[in-house]
Amino acid sequence: MNIVKKAKGFWTSIGLAVVLSVVLQFLINGGTLNPFYVNTLYTICINIILAASLHLIIGITGQFSIGHAGFLAVGAYASAIVTMKLGLPFPVALIGGGAAAALAGLVIGIPTLRLRGDYLAIATLGFGEIMRIVFLNIDYVGGASGMTVSHLITWPWLIACVLITIIVIVNFTNSTHGRACISIRENEIAADAMGINTTFYKVIAFAIGAFFAGVAGALHAHNFYIIQPTNFSFLKSFDILILVVIGGLGSMSGAVIAAILLTIISAFLSSYPEVRMVIYSLVLIVMMLFRPQGLLGTREITSFFKVGKSAKGGVQHDKNTVA
Amino acid sequence: MEQFIQQLVNGISLGSIYALIALGYTMVYGIVKLINFAHGDVFMVGAFIGFYSITILDLGFFPALLIAMTACAIFGVLIERIAYKPLRNATRIAALITAIGVSLFIEYGTIYIRGAQPEAYPNNIIPLKSLDLFGVKISSQSVLILAVSLFLMILLQFIVHKTKIGKAMRAVSHDMDAAKLMGINVNNTISATFAIGSALAGAAGVIFGMYYTKIEPLMGIIPGLKAFVAAVLGGIGIIPGAMAGGLLLGVIESLVSAAGFSLWRDGVAFVVLILILIFRPAGLFGKNVREKV
Repeated sequence: MNIVKKAKGFWTSIGLAVVLSVVLQFLINGGTLNPFYVNTLYTICINIILAASLHLIIGITGQFSIGHAGFLAVGAYASAIVTMKLGLPFPVALIGGGAAAALAGLVIGIPTLRLRGDYLAIATLGFGEIMRIVFLNIDYVGGASGMTVSHLITWPWLIACVLITIIVIVNFTNSTHGRACISIRENEIAADAMGINTTFYKVIAFAIGAFFAGVAGALHAHNFYIIQPTNFSFLKSFDILILVVIGGLGSMSGAVIAAILLTIISAFLSSYPEVRMVIYSLVLIVMMLFRPQGLLGTREITSFFKVGKSAKGGVQHDKNTVA
Repeated sequence: MEQFIQQLVNGISLGSIYALIALGYTMVYGIVKLINFAHGDVFMVGAFIGFYSITILDLGFFPALLIAMTACAIFGVLIERIAYKPLRNATRIAALITAIGVSLFIEYGTIYIRGAQPEAYPNNIIPLKSLDLFGVKISSQSVLILAVSLFLMILLQFIVHKTKIGKAMRAVSHDMDAAKLMGINVNNTISATFAIGSALAGAAGVIFGMYYTKIEPLMGIIPGLKAFVAAVLGGIGIIPGAMAGGLLLGVIESLVSAAGFSLWRDGVAFVVLILILIFRPAGLFGKNVREKV
């Protein structure tokens, strides 16, 4: 009963998103939106995918990864190689970027996910930096000067990727496997004792998160004309982390809303980058001091429209952050 | 062979800077179980304070070093009191995110105040002579770096093992609640740990500026991360481990550069980190030494 109601709220949101995206398509085609707004819109979509993919790793599975820019970089470079060097069509690049990032997620996830908390954070940070240095040193992808990529993305492709990402991740969260991941977040030892293969689920969540980060990387590469290793430094990882933390660790709608709001704020503050970072860091500190669970905690936005019903995403304790 | 020894000397100079920063990481981690991401930025602030003391106040190397260390100690205590103390009982993730926030705040606050342009350290602070030892050139700077770092490390060992506050630190890192019951002022002890760690980072900042001559607001990030790698390499929470890890990492990096892979130098530290985390998470000194601060 509850599940049906929850699903209704979710599919209503998806339906609204589709309607909105069709309207936006007409606005873009009609030239009502100027290029600045269109560009912001594209960045919002890419950030939503990134936030959703990191949400699965941190918010749902409780694995604190701060090397997400590494997967973004793998996806971006892999897709750029597919379209620019191999001359294959754009959809192949999307899948290729995602698959390469998922592979990287598996390779890095299997050894490092045995680590917990702080150590995992540092190991993933190290992975992100290694990826950046690797791309910096490979001449095939242009080294430090980067790689020029043609602008291939269109609005329908972008919005389709966003919706597929959200639907897959939400359905994964609500499946048996997602429940297993949430149990790992709540208490890994207890989950292990209940017979859940914690390593398997952590790696799976990591690989799925990495896949979508790779797709976001492919979109990023084909939106910005040029990709350079400096675009994927760990400051980028922090940018993605901030989206998930502010939205609420464990809330998909929180991550999406944070991605939309913060991208708009960044777009308007883009002429003052240091002011933006000062504000971001202050928000991060104040948020952790006064509301460590983020804007929505583990709740979803749809749960606010139903009085007295429990939302998805595990136990309703808004005292602490997850993990 | 001579070139190898030359690189070894460079590596030891670089490594002693890593070791000084790593000490702060390892002490703070040992006592509050927090990766203080802002530590690398305290190092940056130390470098800038040293720079301004030398250029504006016209001081020599040692007074500048002392001023930077004192200012960083105060700065470290302020960070701890304002940002970390309210979160002492929060989850580890919340504390980690706060640390990242503090780090970003210091970096971009500095850029906001003084701009992002780099500064060049004056290179006439100490007389530049080089010592010729069996065909290996050792500059007076390397000798000075090594001497200052060794002195500070010995001083630290003395503080930790022979003074009352050192005993309190060891007690708090061993068991915070029991230490509290024994009448130890835990808050002051933690602040003292931050003060000592930050002072060492400030000293490292001045030394770094003198050795590499270029300082900028984002310079703390990479040395900070590498110093953390050094702390993990030696076994986090263990003071001699941080020293050994720092020196080892410095030497490894110099040798990699010497072998012709200087562009890969930054990556090596992280490869070392991932390998050590996989094969020996307790670090090189992790098993034998129980004592932690």
